[in-house]
Order: sequence, then C-alpha cells, then structure tokens
Amino acid sequence: MIPTSHTLDPDDARNAAREVRKRRLQAFLFVVPLLVFIIFAFVAPITTMLYRSVHNPTVANLLPETLIALEDWSGEDLPDDTILIQFATDLKRMANERTSGQLADEINRALPGMSSVVKSTARNLRRVEDSAIATNGVALLLDANDRWSDPTTWRAVRDAGPIYSSSYYLTAVDMERTVSGGIAPRDTQIYKQLYTKTLKMALIITILTVLLGYPLAFFMAHAASGLANFLMVFVLLPFWTSLLVRTTAWIALLQTNGVVNSTLLALGITDQPIEMLYTQFATIIAMTHILLPFMVLPLYAVMRGIDNSFMRAAISMGSRPIGAWYRIYLPMSLPGLSAGALLVFIISVGYYITPALVGGVDGQMISNIIAFHMQQSNNWELAAALGSLLLILILVLYWLFDKFVGTSNIKLG
Amino acid sequence: MNKHLTLLVTLALTASPLMAQDLTVTSFGGAYGAAQREHMIDPFMAETGVNVLFEDYGGGIAEMKAQFEAGNILWDVVDIEVIDLERACAEGYLEILNHSVLPAGDDGVAAADDFIPAALANECGVGNIVWSVVFATNTDNGPGPTTMAEFFDVEAFPGNRGLRKRPQVNMEWALIADGVAHEDIYEVLATDEGQARAFAKLDTIKEDIVWYDSWSQAPVLLNDGGAAMVQSANGRIFAVIEEDGAPFEIVWDSHVYDLDVWAIMRGTENLDLSMQFIESATRTVPLSGMQDVAYGPTRRSAQALLSDEVKENLPTAHLDVGLKADGIFWADFGESLGEKFNEWLLQ
Repeated sequence: MIPTSHTLDPDDARNAAREVRKRRLQAFLFVVPLLVFIIFAFVAPITTMLYRSVHNPTVANLLPETLIALEDWSGEDLPDDTILIQFATDLKRMANERTSGQLADEINRALPGMSSVVKSTARNLRRVEDSAIATNGVALLLDANDRWSDPTTWRAVRDAGPIYSSSYYLTAVDMERTVSGGIAPRDTQIYKQLYTKTLKMALIITILTVLLGYPLAFFMAHAASGLANFLMVFVLLPFWTSLLVRTTAWIALLQTNGVVNSTLLALGITDQPIEMLYTQFATIIAMTHILLPFMVLPLYAVMRGIDNSFMRAAISMGSRPIGAWYRIYLPMSLPGLSAGALLVFIISVGYYITPALVGGVDGQMISNIIAFHMQQSNNWELAAALGSLLLILILVLYWLFDKFVGTSNIKLG
Repeated sequence: MNKHLTLLVTLALTASPLMAQDLTVTSFGGAYGAAQREHMIDPFMAETGVNVLFEDYGGGIAEMKAQFEAGNILWDVVDIEVIDLERACAEGYLEILNHSVLPAGDDGVAAADDFIPAALANECGVGNIVWSVVFATNTDNGPGPTTMAEFFDVEAFPGNRGLRKRPQVNMEWALIADGVAHEDIYEVLATDEGQARAFAKLDTIKEDIVWYDSWSQAPVLLNDGGAAMVQSANGRIFAVIEEDGAPFEIVWDSHVYDLDVWAIMRGTENLDLSMQFIESATRTVPLSGMQDVAYGPTRRSAQALLSDEVKENLPTAHLDVGLKADGIFWADFGESLGEKFNEWLLQ
C-alpha cells in the first residue's frame, strides 16, 4: 500500500514492518538448504582440516604423565629415572592398546629413524610385568636402544607434546625451532621454492590465457551470431570433456614419438625428437588449454555488452584504432578480463592432477607435495599448514588485486 | 494373491541374512584385481554364498587412517603392500591375525612351513604375492644394460631412464650401482653420508632421467621411446610382452622385491567372515593363480604347481639376485627422505 501522507498510521507501520520481516524470513528459508549444504560440505570440513595445522593432541593424549614430568627437565642430560620409568610404563600401555605406532610417527618427524626405535622398544615391553618395569624400567629402556640414552631423543619427545604448536607452519616456510628456542632455517629447503614456482607458473598460465583468450573473445563478440555460436562450441567442447581425457590427449600429443614430434620430424624441422612431455612446458601448455574457457567466457559475456558506437565515436573524433581500443574498449572490457584472470590464476595455483600426470619434475607445484603429505607420509598436520598458507597467499593476492584493480568491477557477464 | 505374499515374505526372510553377509574386499584393481577376482573372490562367493564387494584403492594408509578417525570402517579385508603394513599395523588400523588357523598346503605341509617366512612375518597380514621392481629395456634399441651398474652408466648406455618419482627403490639402486653390497644397503642409507652418496650417484644420471608418477606410465614410456630403459613393477612389463608381444626385456639384477598381504581392518563387524576369506584366498590353488599377472605365490606348494617356463618370469625365481624392500626402514625414513628427494629434484 502506498502511503498518502508522510506520517504513517501506526497500524500500517506495524503491518509494513511485519511484511518486511515475513519477506526476509521467506528469502532466508529459500537459501537455508544451500547454507546448510555449504556449512556441512565446505566450511566445516575445511575448518577442521585447517585446525589440524596448529592442533595436534596425539602425543599429549598418549603420554600425559611423562609430559608433565618432562616439564621440569633441564633438557641437557638424561631425564631422571622416575621419568624414564613413567615413559616405559606409558610405552607398555601403548603397545597393548596398539597405539605405539602413532607416537612413533610423531617423534619420527623430528628425528628420522625413531619410528622403528619406538615401535621395537614398545614390542619388547609389551610382555614385561608392571613390577619389573617399576624396578628395572630404566635398564630395560636404555638396553632396548642406544638412542634412549641421547638427550636429543628426549627433547624430541618433549617438543612433540604441546597440543597447540606453530611448528608445522615453521616447517611449511622451511624453518625450525632450535635447541635454544630461536628460529633457524631447516636443512631441507623445499617449500618456499615450491610456492614461488607455483605462483610463477600460475602467472605464466594466466598471461597465456589472456593472450590467447582476449583476441578470440573479441572476434567472437563482433562476429555474426552464427559464426560466434559455432566458435563457442569449440570453446565449450573441451570444457565438457573429462579433465583426465584432455590431459591424456596432451600426453599422446607431446610424447617422444607423439603427434607433434612426428610432424616436426616429417617436416624436417628437427632431426631429433624434442623432449616435451614431463616438463614444465607440458604442464603450462596443458593447463593453458584446460583453463582457457574460464578466460574466454567472462570476456565474451562482457564484450557482447559493449556498444560498438563508442569505438566508432572515438575513431570519428580522430583517435587511431589502437588508441581507441586502449582508451575506450580495454577499460570497458576490464571487468571481464579481471574476472577471467582471477578465475584462471586461482584455479591454477591449486591445480593437482595435470602437473602430476604431464609435469615430470620441473612441472611440480605445491599441490603435489600437499598430496604427498596427505597420502604417503601421512603428515596431515603439515599438509594442513601448507594448505592454509596457500589459502592465505591467495587471499593476500586477492586483497592486492582489489587494492590496485578493484574487485567491484569484476563481471562474469 | 495370498500365496504370492507368503512366498515374498519367505523370500525376504530367507534372503535377509544373506544380504547382511556382504564382505568388502579392497585391492589395487587392474589386471591384478582381475586375477584376484577370478582366483580368490569368485571361488569364495561360490563356496560360501557370501556377496563380496570388491573395491579398488591406490595403496598407502591414508584411507585407513581416515576411516579409523571417522569411526566408520567401510572395508573388511584389504590388500596392502608390506612397505605400508608395518605402519598400519603399529598404528592400530589392522587386526592381529591368528596365523595358526591357516590351512595346510594341498600337499599336506603345515601352513607355517608352507608359506615363505616373509609371508607371515607381520602379525597383521598373510602374504598374498611376491612382486618386484625391476628395470626393463627395449630390445629394438640394441643390447641394453644388464646390471645395475650399467643402468647408471650413461656413457656406455646412453638414453633416457624412466624412474618412478619417489625415493623408494631409486635410493637403493643408486647405492647398489655405487658398489654397496645388498645386505648393507639399508644400514648405509640410514646415515647422512649414505644418503648423500645415493644422491651423488643419482646426480650422475639426473639429466637422463624421465620421471613418472604411476606404474601404468612405465610400459608407455618404454614403448613410445620416451625412455630407453624404465623402472617398473615386473607384472606391468610381463603383461605387455605377453599380450602385445612388445620387444621388452626384463632385467632381474638387483630387483627390489616386496610382498602384498591380505589384512583385516580393525573394528570391522565381519571379523570372522574376513578371516574366513583370507583362509580361503591364501590356499594353494588360489595363490597359484597369481601367475596370471607374473606375481609369485607365497606358498611353496603353490609354486610347485607352476610350469618351469612360468616360474622364470616370477620374482620368486630370482630372489638370489634381488633385494628385499625394507618396510621398517621406509617407515623410519620415508618422510625425511621424501622431503630431501623433493629438494634434490628442485636443484
């Protein structure tokens, strides 16, 4: 109802307010299923996974008493006999509960080689009487393996204790905590290199998709609609094809006796097949192809909406075509370009399967090492830290992008 | 109408206990899975009427860990590589098995004597096959290397080497090529100097290595000329020689062999049935069926059933020149060497 005067009748105001509330509730009810889906299928699992990067209660749960006892230990010499006996008792319990392997895994991360020491010592203690451990536990432990006599081992046990720890993030940036409590570079330097390389490759792929996608989208947007639709099928066809099929197709094309090499040899351009598969080149070319639609589609949608008369007006007023394009058309197509570039860049930073299949060594990206820690080394905490860093990195880049280009003008169509 | 209803109810009642008797068995699929289906799964289903759901996975213990942490055990029986078995068992994801209930071999020899010792070495598993990582050459390129030292000799045998991108086997091979005796390999590799020595040896062929990720890529590389020699699971090369007549030759020198075992997920509701399956699948005849994919059976009585010609193609015929992969060593050093290996790759 339309109010006739500026002052509302209180009843009408109440009704109107109720109406607004009802509509809001209705609108909310419409999105509830999606909200619930997103929370359960996306937010919750990702949050729990990322939480792992700082939260690891395994050792604290397995060795509560030993850890409390170790709090007062100086860290220099072998811990007291009472601590050693407590540890031997804990180890026996773990052997019987069959959890010694979990402790072994945790300590092994700090001191490679400790996994078998923990497990074999636990096995030895499994059948020893509690009373024998109480009287003879120290000897049983120290005789089982030399490494129990080394304070370094006990520092590793103590340092694995805290439930909340930043050590996985330190590892993820190639650092570690030193004995004195400072922070120093690790012996193995790998993750920073991989992040840099991943960002570099994502950038190259984004630039390539712009170089290839922009002229194509421009041509399609200005072609007769029949031709444009026809070309659109070619853009969309690979989009509809399984990712694995497309990647495998690249293997067939690029391999040593593959289509590309046979053609080059037949044309006499080279006399030796060129190594293309399992290189960075293969990863970049295959990913550029796979991600091209993500660039072309938003560009095309935006370019279709640009009125041609602007360009004509600029040219008729004396601008040269290049100048007119640069000053009129490019800024107007920028929303599509931004959207496409962001899409391609963010997708390629986290890409996994294509680098794994065609990448060989120098085509590896950070996602491949995350998969290694998820599937092979079972260091889920480190995988979570690496994944969180990647997420933070993307958010920072997004923020920079917003600051310099502005996200408000992003347009998908 | 009433008759039909009674019939339906009777059917439903008698069928339901059978329906509950589903057993989920998980293995590696491919030709290997097909051989297991033919020789182990199908006979067990026919014998017991149990419905077996036969699923695939890619190895490793990540999926077991996930099921265990979620408290939702989906698998009953799982085929697992010994290199992962050590960890899965110690971390408590697998049941401890009573090896004494395993039936005697068809020739009457007690199970404890019939199985090769490695097959029953871990309390969580019963050996299923012996498989091996070998290298293979393409005979179209003329005579290739025949020893591990020659495999690392790029002067005498030029050409790309296809290797699987992980430290396992490659580190062992590098030390063998550098003159370390088989029995000392893992002791040397446990030291920083030994690891540096292995990487230094790998450096000498680094330019000539083509890295791949999945076993299936090995025969492809050898076939399309991407590599003159490849590291491969022996069964993969055997399959393309047998089926496609590929001109490949398997070199057994310093092959690294390992076992696959059947194990039971801890916490499964079908514990008895799972053990029944393992007893059935590891009898003499089912095990001898693994010759289809060139993997050696783990019972002596099953090996005796094979023809001499077949035996030659199995890892079990070449154990004297091979190295047993050390699951305990790789549980200790898998992660740290994995990181060092990746660092070395980036250099």
